[in-house]
Amino acid sequence: MICGTSHSSVHLAQSGCSVSAIDNRLSVEKSDPGRRGLKIKNPLREKACLKPELRRKDRPNLPELSEFDVIRHYTRLSRLNFSVDTHFYPLGSCTMKYNPRFNEEAAALEGFANLHPLAADSCAQGTLELLHDLGARLNELLGLDAITLQPAAGAHSEFTGLLLAKAWFESRKEERSEIIVPDSAHGTNPATASMMGFSTVNLASRPDGRLDLENLKKHLGPKTAVLMMTVPNTLGIFETQIEEICRAAHEAGALVYMDGANLNALIGMVKPGELGIDMMHLNFHKTFSTPHGGGGPGAGAIVCRKALAPFLPVPTVKKEGGRFVSDFGDGRSIGKVKSFFGNTGVLVRAYAYMLAHSVKEFGEIAKCSIINANYVRALLKDLYPSYSKEHCMHECVLTPGPDMTAKGLKTLDVAKGLLDRGFHAPTVYFPLIVHEAIMIEPTETESKETLDAFAAAMKEIHALGISDPQALKDSPHTMPVKRLDEVQAARQPNLRW
Amino acid sequence: MYVPHTEKDKEEMLKAIGAASFEDLVKQVPSKFLWPKFSLPQESLDEQQAAARLAELSKKNCRPLSFLGAGAYERYTPSAVKAITSRTEFLTAYTPYQPEASQGTLQAIYEFQSTVCALYGMDYANASMYDGASSFAEAVRATVRITGRKKIVYAAGVHPQYMDTLRTYFAHSPEYTYAKVPMKDGVIDKASLPALLEGAACLAVQTPNFLGLIEDLDGLADAAKKAGALLVAAADPVSLGVLRTPGEYGADFAIGEGQSLGLPLSYGGPYLGLFSCKKEHVRQMPGRICGMTKDKDGKRGFVLTLQAREQHIRRDKAASNICSNEALCALAATVYTALLGPEGLRELAEANMGAAAHAAERLSSIKGCSLKFKGPFFNEFVLSVPGSAAAMREKALGHGVDIGLPLAPLYPELGETLLVCATEARTGDDIARLEKAVKEAI
Repeated sequence: MICGTSHSSVHLAQSGCSVSAIDNRLSVEKSDPGRRGLKIKNPLREKACLKPELRRKDRPNLPELSEFDVIRHYTRLSRLNFSVDTHFYPLGSCTMKYNPRFNEEAAALEGFANLHPLAADSCAQGTLELLHDLGARLNELLGLDAITLQPAAGAHSEFTGLLLAKAWFESRKEERSEIIVPDSAHGTNPATASMMGFSTVNLASRPDGRLDLENLKKHLGPKTAVLMMTVPNTLGIFETQIEEICRAAHEAGALVYMDGANLNALIGMVKPGELGIDMMHLNFHKTFSTPHGGGGPGAGAIVCRKALAPFLPVPTVKKEGGRFVSDFGDGRSIGKVKSFFGNTGVLVRAYAYMLAHSVKEFGEIAKCSIINANYVRALLKDLYPSYSKEHCMHECVLTPGPDMTAKGLKTLDVAKGLLDRGFHAPTVYFPLIVHEAIMIEPTETESKETLDAFAAAMKEIHALGISDPQALKDSPHTMPVKRLDEVQAARQPNLRW
Repeated sequence: MYVPHTEKDKEEMLKAIGAASFEDLVKQVPSKFLWPKFSLPQESLDEQQAAARLAELSKKNCRPLSFLGAGAYERYTPSAVKAITSRTEFLTAYTPYQPEASQGTLQAIYEFQSTVCALYGMDYANASMYDGASSFAEAVRATVRITGRKKIVYAAGVHPQYMDTLRTYFAHSPEYTYAKVPMKDGVIDKASLPALLEGAACLAVQTPNFLGLIEDLDGLADAAKKAGALLVAAADPVSLGVLRTPGEYGADFAIGEGQSLGLPLSYGGPYLGLFSCKKEHVRQMPGRICGMTKDKDGKRGFVLTLQAREQHIRRDKAASNICSNEALCALAATVYTALLGPEGLRELAEANMGAAAHAAERLSSIKGCSLKFKGPFFNEFVLSVPGSAAAMREKALGHGVDIGLPLAPLYPELGETLLVCATEARTGDDIARLEKAVKEAI
C-alpha cells in the first residue's frame, strides 16, 4: 500500500484500510469440501420423501465453510467499506444523516419482526396502529390528506405516483400522455415516465437553475398528465414561483408531483401541501434516517390530496371503532406495486425517528441542514465556485475552480482525493445541467468541526492539484484498491464465480 | 433529536456565511409558507419513553403458533447472520458508486449474485430487486421488450400477488392480454399449452406453486421457444436445496422471493427480489449489477457495471427505473447461504418437506379433512375442511394457533380449503398442537 504524504497514516486509520486488504478471495475460494457450518437437525427431516426425478441434478456451487470462516470473511469485508458511522458522506440528494441505533432496536422487537404479512388483523393490532399513526403524522407534517406506505423506495414511489395519475385521468376519461420534467431532474423521473409509457418533455432550466414559468406554460397542454418537480430542486434552490407553477399546471388540467428527495430542506418548516402540489413521495432512507444498507432496503411513500386517495395501492390501514383494519378500498385502487403491505421493518425505524422529534425539532432539521450547506459553500467559495449565486438550501452545487481545470483536473479527481483524506466523495456529475458538478449535502447531523475538517481536506486537494496534478489524478493511493478498470468490467463481464 | 448545533455554533456559522440571521438564507421561500402550524406533538419522547411506547405497540401483536406460508416463510435466522448485517460498515454504508471505498459491499454483492446463480442454475443475476412480486413483474416486462409481444401466458399456480403486481406494472392497460393456463390436479395442465402460447411474450410459471405443489416443468421451455415466447420461472430459493432448478428446465428468467433465505417476516418487508437470467438476456436485466475487474496495479476489485441499462445513465431509455435495491437483505441471504453450504441447504429443504409431510399426514387423518391434491409438495399443502375454513381459522386463533390461509377468496373453485405451511421452524410438538387445534375448530 503506497502511503504518500505525512497525512496518510492518520487517513489510513480513518479510511479503515488498516486491515489486511491483501486477501481478496471470494468465499467460494476459501471453500474446503466437506467443511460444515450450520446443521439443521430437526428430526422431521426423516419424513421428507422426494422422487429422484424431481431432485436437482447438480450440487449448487456454494462455499463449504465453517461458521467461523464465514464470520471472519464477512467481518473483514465490512472493514473495507466506508460507512456513515465512520465517515462523513456529503452526498448531495442522498441525505446521509446519522442512522439512530434506537431505530434498529425498534425494528428488531419480536412482536414486529416476527409478524407474518398475512396474519389476521386481530393479531396485528400493534403494527397496524404504528402504521396508521405514522401515516397520520406524515399527512400532517406534509400538509396532505392520504398516504400509501407500500412503495419499497423512491423510484418505486414515483412509479406509484404516475400510476395514480394515470388512474385519475382514466376516471375522468382524459387521455394524457406527457410528463414534464426539468432537465435538472434525477434520472428516476424520466425513467419512471418511460416505464409507464408516457413520453417525457424535458424542460430547460433558467440560468439561475429554476424552472422557466413562461417556457413551462408553452409546454403545458391537454396532453400533459403530470409536472414532476423536485423541491427544492437538485441545485438546492427553492422554486420561488411554485404557486404560479402549480396554478399553471392545474389550469392545463395537469397534476403536480413533487419528488420529495430533498424534503430535508423543508421538514417542519414548510408544508409541501400548501405549495399547491397534488402528491409527493418521500424517501424514508433519506429524510427519515433509516440506514442505507449499502444500497437498500429503503422505503417510500406517496402522500396525496383527498381526490387521489381512492386510487392508492391496497391495503392501507384505517381505524374502525377502536380497532385498526386492513383496508382494501372500493375497487378503484391501482392495485399492488409489491407484495404484502410494504417495507414494514423500515417503516418501524421511521416511526421510532418520528417519536424522537417534536414539531420544533423537525424544523431544526431543516434549519441546520440549510445552515450546514451554506457554511460549506462559504468556506469553499474561493476554490470551488458555486454554480448558483444565491444562498442554497440544504445542498449546494460547486465546481472545481478555473485554476484546477486549467491543470486538467476533473471533479472525479477531487472525489478520489477525498477518499484518501478520510471523506466519502460528494455526488459527482449530477445534476447533468452543471458541467463537472460537485453536489454537497452535509445534512443536519454533522457538526461544525466535521465541516471544517472537510473544507480543510478540499483545500488540501486544491493545493495538491495545483502543485502536483498527476498525484491527484492517480488517487486514491491509500484505499484497498486503486482506480478500477470499469471499461474492462463492461466489455468482459465477470458477474459471478 | 440528533442535531448537534448549539446556538453559538449557529451564530458562528451564520457569521462565516455572511448572513445576519437564518431568515436571510431562506429568502427564496415566500414568507407565507414558512413556519406553518402543525397539529403534532410539541414534545418528543426521550429514548426510554420511546422504547416503552414501541414495546407497548409490539406487544399488541399476538404471536400465534403459525402455519401460514403463501409467499412468506417463517425461518430461524442464525445469530451469525445478524452479527454481520448489524455491522455498521455494512448497515450504514451507501450505494457503492465510489468503488474504492466500497469493496466490502461490492464483493458481497458479487457473492450474492453468484449465490443466486448457483441456487437457480442460471448464468447471471442482478444485485437484487424489491421483492419476488416486483422481480416477477420486471422479468415479464423484459420478455415483452425482447419479443415485442404483449400476451402474457401464466400458470394458475403463480402467486396471486405476483399477478396483481404485474397487472399494476402494466397499468391495467388493455394492450396487454393475459391467458391463464388451467390447473389439472393442482399443477399445470400441459395439454392446454400449445394453443395458449400462440403469440405469447412469455410463459410464466412457479414451482413450488402457490398451492405448495411441485411442478414438473419438463418440455415447457421448448414449448415456449416453439411459440417464440420466453420461459419465466419463479421458485422458492430454499426449495432449490433439493429440487430441480429453473436453469435445468431451460428458463430464460428465474426469479424468487429471498425472504425465504432467513429474513424476518416483518409484516411484509423489507424482502428481497431475486432476479436471474440466461447470458443472452443480460442487457435486458434491470437493476444494479456488480462485476469483477482489476485496478491500476492489476489487483482484483469489484465495480458496479453495465450501468448503461440504468436510470442514472440512460434516464428515459433505461431498462427500469429502479435505484435503491435491497442490498442489506441480499447480504443477509448471502451470509445465510454461506453458513449452510450445499449440505446445510439440502438439510434445510428436507426439514421443510418433512415438517409439511408430517403435518399433512396428521391433518388428513382427522375426520372430515383431506388433502386436496395427491401430487408431491414442498413445505405447504391444501387441506380440504368440513365447514368454513375462515371460521375454523378464527376459532383456532382464539387458542393461539394460526392453522393456515383460507383459500376460498383466491381460489373459489377449491371450495373450503386451507393452505397450511410447515417450515423447519416447526417441531413435532407444534404439529401435535396444530392437529388438536384443527380438531377443535371443526
